[in-house]
Amino acid sequence: MTMQNRHEMKANEPKWWDTILAVGYGLLGGGEKAKAGRLAATAAPLSVSLRRELPEKSLRQYDLLIKFFVASETFFFLALIITYVYYRNLNEVISTSDQILSVKTTGLYTVLLVASSATLWWGRRELSKEKPLRLAFGLFITLVLGIAFLYGQGQEYTHLLREDVTVDRNIFGSAFFTLTGFHALHVFVGLLMLSIVLTLTLMGDFTGPHSAAVAATELYWHFVDVVWLVVFTVMYIIPIL
Amino acid sequence: MKRMETVPEPTIPLPLVKSDRGLLQWLSSVDHKQLGVMYLLTALLFFVAGGIEILLIRIQLIVPENTFLSPDVYNQLFTMHGTTMIFLVLMPTLIGLGVYFVPLMIGANEMAFPRLNAFSLWMTLLGGLILYFSFLDGGGAPNAGWFSYAPLSSKNFSSTKGVDYYCIGLLLTGLGSVTAALNFAVTILTLRIPGMGFRRLPVFVWMMFITAMLILAAFPMLNAGLAMLLIDRQLNAHFFLPGSGGSAILWQHLFWAFGHPEVYILALPPFGLISEIIPVFSRQPIFGYRFLIGSGIAIALLAFGVWAHHMFAVGLGNPVNGFFAAGSMLIGIPTGIKVFNWIITMRSGAIRFTTAMLFATSFIIEFTIGGLSGISFAIAPLDWQLTDTYYVVAHIHYVFLGGTLYSVFAGIFYWFPKMSGRMLSEKLGRIFFWMFFLGFNLTFMLQHVLGIMGMPRRVYTYPDLPNFGALNLASSAGAFLMAAAIGVFFWNIFISLKKGKQAGDNPWQAWTLEWATTSPPRLQNFDRVPPVRSLRPLWDLEHPEDPDWKNDNAKQARNES
Repeated sequence: MTMQNRHEMKANEPKWWDTILAVGYGLLGGGEKAKAGRLAATAAPLSVSLRRELPEKSLRQYDLLIKFFVASETFFFLALIITYVYYRNLNEVISTSDQILSVKTTGLYTVLLVASSATLWWGRRELSKEKPLRLAFGLFITLVLGIAFLYGQGQEYTHLLREDVTVDRNIFGSAFFTLTGFHALHVFVGLLMLSIVLTLTLMGDFTGPHSAAVAATELYWHFVDVVWLVVFTVMYIIPIL
Repeated sequence: MKRMETVPEPTIPLPLVKSDRGLLQWLSSVDHKQLGVMYLLTALLFFVAGGIEILLIRIQLIVPENTFLSPDVYNQLFTMHGTTMIFLVLMPTLIGLGVYFVPLMIGANEMAFPRLNAFSLWMTLLGGLILYFSFLDGGGAPNAGWFSYAPLSSKNFSSTKGVDYYCIGLLLTGLGSVTAALNFAVTILTLRIPGMGFRRLPVFVWMMFITAMLILAAFPMLNAGLAMLLIDRQLNAHFFLPGSGGSAILWQHLFWAFGHPEVYILALPPFGLISEIIPVFSRQPIFGYRFLIGSGIAIALLAFGVWAHHMFAVGLGNPVNGFFAAGSMLIGIPTGIKVFNWIITMRSGAIRFTTAMLFATSFIIEFTIGGLSGISFAIAPLDWQLTDTYYVVAHIHYVFLGGTLYSVFAGIFYWFPKMSGRMLSEKLGRIFFWMFFLGFNLTFMLQHVLGIMGMPRRVYTYPDLPNFGALNLASSAGAFLMAAAIGVFFWNIFISLKKGKQAGDNPWQAWTLEWATTSPPRLQNFDRVPPVRSLRPLWDLEHPEDPDWKNDNAKQARNES
């Protein structure tokens, strides 16, 4: 064994920050790949590989991109949700006004949104078995459920507007419409993404087993779903407890 | 070890604007080097604008009870000066340097998402132009300060459209910053050449990675706040109106929960820059690499636990004040570690005081002064005395100007040969440095005194109290000295681009991968890259008899194993 090899073996021993990195990579779901990358370090070839030459590398890039994006969006919604909770505790306006919300109807549409996450998950799983038509079916059902959820939000808005609860009525109106409005906007963007992916699937673009576009859309849709569960809990469930 | 093949000198490194469709080629470019240059030009444009604004303000403050500017114009100018310098000068400069050099330093030919990269740049520029469009609107520019405190920023007290331009402009540049951060994070995670693990990553790249994480977490807070402020103003909502159930303090929380991490977004890349420059000009490997990185991570984490030290005067109560005072004190520790890292790297080194090194060295001094005055704000009772005075103005400028901008100047003098293929004139560089150094300290050192004497900031004039006039006059003189220095700097860039000395690939005998390609790099940065087996791949290449990865002393100095 040459001195060089000995050194490189030593360089591969775990270091204290590998723990931090491993946690980071683990959160990002790239633990195995990170390890593979570290082992590849011993080869030290003389040429760089271009991104375009390695499709699996770009797959990982899109995967990371959507994860970081969703992480960043989490902070955005966190700020809005904290705002709502803050005003709830600040004065009586919200706790006296939120009785008007229709918990049962919105609860029903919440179930539909959760179900849409499940159908999308099923569709993506079918794609990994290389059955793109089933993915298309899953996407279609998800799309229908998503539209139904937005329709439900529309119903809730109409109900509130009829009762004269508007953005400029009081702090409840401001906080409610801002938070649910930004969420609905994200649902709408998700619907656009789903429609594009559905069209591309029907055109035969995705044959499986992996697709960065499908995976990214799925993760984003689950995120939108989880945000709604938190919003629904804070706005609808906690007041009736 | 096999030597790297020499790359032939390029005929046309990047398309010239003057060439056929050259301008169109630049505007539609997705090349990271062209985008990096355009980021720097964007910053330059707004730097000139923000500079003119502050010179007008300094003219107004030369004598007591001056009437050069009306109070309202004065408010618009200081608001725009602060907003411009932070969001449209320092952010694009640091992101631009990152966009240009991160791929080069990790041995990649592009960022991970070239089109997203272009999107980030154009969003930043668009946001800036929209903000500046407010001057043409009848009501004038935003005038509620760069942090637009509620309820002053509400419709009742700011009835012109200025604050609306502020919200929309900053939302757009914020979007640009977030997408740039996404791009950095993915680029650094996936495009490092084989061999460059996170233990061999140049410090600048590490700091850009940490900064990207900070941007991803901090900017959404600002965006949420701006969205609410805009809804307040446009749709008559009640978020920040205490009179109708809202809360003005929540705006402060949202703004500073973004605003203090923002300070580190503007400080960590400079730390990285300095950590690249000081070793090269001291001819020693960086001391305590692990501690530099570790303290960077510590700063990033602590950054989210200190924001309320901007709000001691609000009266949040002793427990809250105590918590945030302790957090702010703690952040002095990792920052202090870095300062010692740099000093020990210089110790017993063969220091070459080039202009880049002059700026890097004085960065340590000025930034430490800024850090110490920052620590004095962490003491809540002192903060009550000094808040909203010129002491704060002095502090923020020692950090952002003596810190961030000094490091940017150091970085430009260090990397200009790589970007243009020509050296900046050292003679003009020295004149520039000393003029700027004197002007800067004259302007802002005195403002500490003014602040302690009780001169409030953001007031368009001041009464003729003892020494107020003299100190302000000296402060203004310093500002104009700095402006003259900037003139020398521009002239230096202009003349050096025309007939500067040919730089060659590696004029400073530096060690990181960006110096392994031609100057300026071709459209495709690399054909072949030397193997990375230590922090200093080019040192290993030049010294096959004594490479770092075999040298136990070098390893110890780097604290690597």
